[in-house]
Amino acid sequence: MITITGKSVFGGVSIGKLSFYKRNQKVIKRTHVDDVKAECTRFQGAKASAIEQLKGLYDKALEDVGEANAMIFEIHQMMLEDLDYIESIENIICAQEVNAEFAVATTADNFAQMFSSMDDAYMQGRAADVKDVSERVLNILCGVDEGMNQTDEPCIIASDDLAPSETVQLDKSKVLGFATMYGSSNSHTAILARTMNIPAVIGLGEELRPQLDGQMAVIDGFTGKLYIDPDEATLAEMQEKRAKDLAQKALLEELKGKENVTKSGQKINIYANIGNVSDVGAVLKNDAGGIGLFRSEFLYLENDTFPTEEQQFAVYKQVAENMAGKKVIIRTLDIGADKQVDYFGLDKEENPALGYRAIRICLTRTEIFKTQLRALYRAAVFGNISIMFPMIISVKEIQRIKEIIGEVQDELKAQGIPFKENVETGVMIETPASVMISRDLAREVDFFSVGTNDLTQYTLAIDRQNSKLDEFYDPHHPAVLSMIRMAAENAHAEGKWIGICGELGADLELTEEFLKMGLDELSVSPSMILPLRKRIRECE
Amino acid sequence: MKEFKYAITDPEGIHARPAGLLVKQAAGYKSDIKIVKGEKSADAKRIFGVMGLGAKTGEEIIITAEGEDEETAIAELEAFFKENL
Repeated sequence: MITITGKSVFGGVSIGKLSFYKRNQKVIKRTHVDDVKAECTRFQGAKASAIEQLKGLYDKALEDVGEANAMIFEIHQMMLEDLDYIESIENIICAQEVNAEFAVATTADNFAQMFSSMDDAYMQGRAADVKDVSERVLNILCGVDEGMNQTDEPCIIASDDLAPSETVQLDKSKVLGFATMYGSSNSHTAILARTMNIPAVIGLGEELRPQLDGQMAVIDGFTGKLYIDPDEATLAEMQEKRAKDLAQKALLEELKGKENVTKSGQKINIYANIGNVSDVGAVLKNDAGGIGLFRSEFLYLENDTFPTEEQQFAVYKQVAENMAGKKVIIRTLDIGADKQVDYFGLDKEENPALGYRAIRICLTRTEIFKTQLRALYRAAVFGNISIMFPMIISVKEIQRIKEIIGEVQDELKAQGIPFKENVETGVMIETPASVMISRDLAREVDFFSVGTNDLTQYTLAIDRQNSKLDEFYDPHHPAVLSMIRMAAENAHAEGKWIGICGELGADLELTEEFLKMGLDELSVSPSMILPLRKRIRECE
Repeated sequence: MKEFKYAITDPEGIHARPAGLLVKQAAGYKSDIKIVKGEKSADAKRIFGVMGLGAKTGEEIIITAEGEDEETAIAELEAFFKENL
């Protein structure tokens, strides 16, 4: 077995024989021509045919991959009609009295060089477009018929790099995946592979040799690996991975865009829990209604010092914008207990879970809290942000938070920095105390979100890090469910909404129970959104 | 001659798609349309020139129009940039 690692451009697993893309080899010779006018006409004729071909490709791509991706073939037409390009070719023909093939090849090299030398990876990638269109004209001039003789058997297409037009011309029902030696994730081939849902790994390097043609191979588009002649264990593992992926995709196909509604018509929101900006892709892909818990800790955990207001602002803004108006609930700093950061300089505690953590740090070291609040209120201008506070045990804490928010807003106002004044605020229900006073808390805030992990640990007095206690630990303990029910009743009595953002929210055995309690939202990891939606749609 | 200044907001800068749309739009005017970025200048009707500017997000460019329909061209192009770039 040979394992080659490249860069994944589309997740998914494909298993099949490698088939190398074959191109017709042309040798472009420089020859002298006497009648340069006729040679220019010959070029114009080839250019016109190439544009005709590109129109056909545009129509095909429009059907296969949609308008936005098909546009590349319109841009290719514009490249052929670009006066700089045409003038360069005709100048070479006339001034050097040479054949059109040589003029086109030279011009293509020059223009590709212009893109390659730009300081921007995207623009460098456009050199491939210039070569692709020029190749088309050259093929017409040389009278060769480009293309691939695809076999009847579906294959993994291997190549040095595929031009966009080559990718789109392939019979997709015979393509299991793409594996290329070079190429960038900005290349149109990568973009098209993603749009056509074909697993693809690029940048595999020269280990991917044409001698491997016909060998059995597996593309793991999740890890960017290509296995050639896989051993039994790898093959079995990949087959399982593929089956799982296909099941998830089928679920997506079936449930995407559908409402989270029970048979009797009860609706509930399903949001996603995320811990980093990079998770937003998975949130959107799995069709979440919003983000129910954005853990802001990663900003602190990934840094060697306190993240600045600007750093935080950029992250919150990006997530809000990417979610395009859908709700994004950001939880303020929840450091302490099992999440320690050196530069906070926190003392070692006997009992960290009951110690100096989360809102307790924020309310005593207000400079840290204020920096985060400033970033949040500023970012709220760019989307539908809500703010949620962890580890609340008293109404007094909420009142103190509100005072601090008031100060932050006054400062922003005085500095003339734009921010959103009325941002929805809520509290995490994760202490038994917050449940007992939930009626009072509900008067102070807009929503509740139950953190079932901590709520279970505090209600049952079971340390969740201690595996010896597993036999005493019952995640479905009636005490915990009663807690959630009580918080829900109190929230609703004050006209506020309540959701769950802990692990219990994704527990399909409890979904029916949560619906009966009348919960308004369940926030779960992105991969659980669709299974949960399926479960809800099966409930009465 | 008419002109306006514009700072690119598209995170990818003038990439292939808006460049294509711009060339299409510019081709519809009789006036000469130019894009100036620093010392570089490009004919807005030619895709290689437009992409070759490599205008990135945050960079300021000047769009000029000279010819009989320069007023309409500038007004419409300004709207075009706001919408697409």
